[in-house]
Amino acid sequence: MRTIQGKFHRESQSKAEDLEHRRMMNHALNQSEIAFQNGKQQFQNLDKAKEDAQSVKEKATIHLDRYLLEFEDRFTKNGGKVIWARDGKEALEAVWKICAEKKAKKIVKSKSMVTEEIHLNAFLQKKDIEVIETDLGEYIQQLSEEPPYHIVAPSIHKSKEEVAQLFHEKLGVRPHLGPEELTMVARRQLRTEFQEADIGITGVNFLLSDIGGVAITENEGNARMVTAFPNTHIAITGIEKVLPSAKDLELFWPLLATHGSGQKVTVYNSIFTGPKHRNETDGPEDMYVILLDNGRTNILSDPEMRESLHCIRCGACLNVCPVYKNIGGHTYNTVYGGPIGSVITPHLSGMKEYGHLSHASSLCGACTEVCPVKINLHELLLKNRRKSVEQKNTFRLEKFSWYIWKRSMLSRRMLNTANGNTKERMFRYLFKKSWGENRAIPTFPKKSFNEQWKERNSKIEK
Amino acid sequence: MKIQLFVPCFVDQLFPQTAFNMISILEKLDCEVVYNPQQTCCGQPAFNAGHWNESKIVAQKFLDDFDPENYIVTPSGSCTGFVRNHYHKLLSGKIPPKDLGVKNPLLRNIFEFSEFLVQKLDYTKIKASMDGVGTYHDSCGALRECGIKSAPRKLLENVEGLKIVETEDSEVCCGFGGTFAIKYEPISTAMTEQKVHNAVEKGADYIISTDLSCLMQMDGYIKKHNYKIKTIHIVDVLSRGLNPKYSSNSGYCVS
Repeated sequence: MRTIQGKFHRESQSKAEDLEHRRMMNHALNQSEIAFQNGKQQFQNLDKAKEDAQSVKEKATIHLDRYLLEFEDRFTKNGGKVIWARDGKEALEAVWKICAEKKAKKIVKSKSMVTEEIHLNAFLQKKDIEVIETDLGEYIQQLSEEPPYHIVAPSIHKSKEEVAQLFHEKLGVRPHLGPEELTMVARRQLRTEFQEADIGITGVNFLLSDIGGVAITENEGNARMVTAFPNTHIAITGIEKVLPSAKDLELFWPLLATHGSGQKVTVYNSIFTGPKHRNETDGPEDMYVILLDNGRTNILSDPEMRESLHCIRCGACLNVCPVYKNIGGHTYNTVYGGPIGSVITPHLSGMKEYGHLSHASSLCGACTEVCPVKINLHELLLKNRRKSVEQKNTFRLEKFSWYIWKRSMLSRRMLNTANGNTKERMFRYLFKKSWGENRAIPTFPKKSFNEQWKERNSKIEK
Repeated sequence: MKIQLFVPCFVDQLFPQTAFNMISILEKLDCEVVYNPQQTCCGQPAFNAGHWNESKIVAQKFLDDFDPENYIVTPSGSCTGFVRNHYHKLLSGKIPPKDLGVKNPLLRNIFEFSEFLVQKLDYTKIKASMDGVGTYHDSCGALRECGIKSAPRKLLENVEGLKIVETEDSEVCCGFGGTFAIKYEPISTAMTEQKVHNAVEKGADYIISTDLSCLMQMDGYIKKHNYKIKTIHIVDVLSRGLNPKYSSNSGYCVS
């Protein structure tokens, strides 16, 4: 089969059949599930907390224009600089302009999915700038030249043995190191990079409108290093990351931590409101925030899809998704994998190219159930399916099949014409290939309930 | 108590005995069961595939075929959930969204079988018996669309001779998902495989559920790989040991 969809078909099959992958993913995601179940005990009423968070995000999204301008105003007053980028290209150009101005040779980065979205690393490397990922998971992914496998846990699919082997090959350390030793290796390696870097680039967890701040949450302390050592800090964020007030963090930080990693709160939580002031000793000379649209306003303008902008990128929907569990992160071939990725990617990168992801779901609703801001993820998948049909992306045969279905469902007589044998033959004919080798074809009884009921009742009447 | 029987399309076509068994149980509990032979389907298959126009017409037929002022009971959490949670989108103006708090008789009166029994009838009167170990599979439709979790378990606890064990993945999807089962067969099958393995590992003889679509999916895998474990609908469990007028034997097993 052609195109992106064909690739998805092939790769999803090979991953779904890969038992070692299954074992790894089940193990890793079971661990997250256990952590989440423990973590959520901190909420007296989790559902109420989620409802509150949902309404805060709703407010933030509806008044996005106002909150973003408020953010810009306050952040600028604090000495920061705000750059608005319509798309990835504009964001990259803005970064490049800063790099050129600062004559930057080396950049350290903390974890950021938005920079994955605009392919920042590849861009900078082409410009001969060294970029180093400093989140341990991202560092591992960078060493193995792979994109992240999960939006919160980038190297979730790798065993400690694989990481040991990778470090041995790429960094020349002894083989078979244990997790602590590996972490120490990364720590030593990264310490020099932090000190030498000209610019630090971070993502953003929340933009705080009322104080003009950027909130970043992490567990390794690397984002603090990235923002403290280099002279310049660039934070890149999607425009949807806004919260009306810093006070909202009392709800959002624990919600994000619990849903992302099962923690009460993450270890390091920082708020940045601009560069170093004259009377301060620490911090960068310059701080920039790049506000990226890149298709988000498409979603904003569609009232049906708008709630997908409430996402706080906690990754919980991936953790509980049986499809993600079985096919893994790379198979999606998108920046954002799992349910939220399947919901938003068609609107960011094209329905024709990515509409198939909305069908790669059993609609089980586990994602919707777990979402900390109550996004109706599986219903949004359904809406994507409808939109795809409306945009006439359906094959003619499929369209015809649904026409026949409709006709049959409108006519009891038509449903009752064929006997069980014929129906079974028809099922075999239509679905033998797509039903696959692993399931027996269902057996059709000679007569439907409807026919049997009519027969029995006519006997009784007689 | 008058009850309109809704027999979902695939139950009608593939599992008629379950529908007959349901009549027997309801009649045993002194219900008057009526069946409109014009009925076909709630419209969910086309809706889930994105073909809302086709779905809408079939959903309209569903409205025509049933009297919203009387109970409608169906052996499917999936169809119940679809009518409850999605009809207002398809048939705007005719069905108000449930979260607006507007009372609508249809949304109040349609029930999945097990929740109806537990909420509206004295289910303890059913004296079913079945020997063996069973595990209950929460269908996504029942669990997440209708919030049904304890009702079927209560019913099963009440079955003589049946020991119920819980698997850790009882709430995980079986992998069916309608067109998903055909469009993405390898993923669908991988999901089913794990469900079946986990049930077997727990020592279950039966996988029991409120939804025959899930059971059909798992049964396909079981049969193809010659497992001993069987799938059985909760209606067919509860009708065992009854002496119903519609059942030719002591119950119907999908396998």
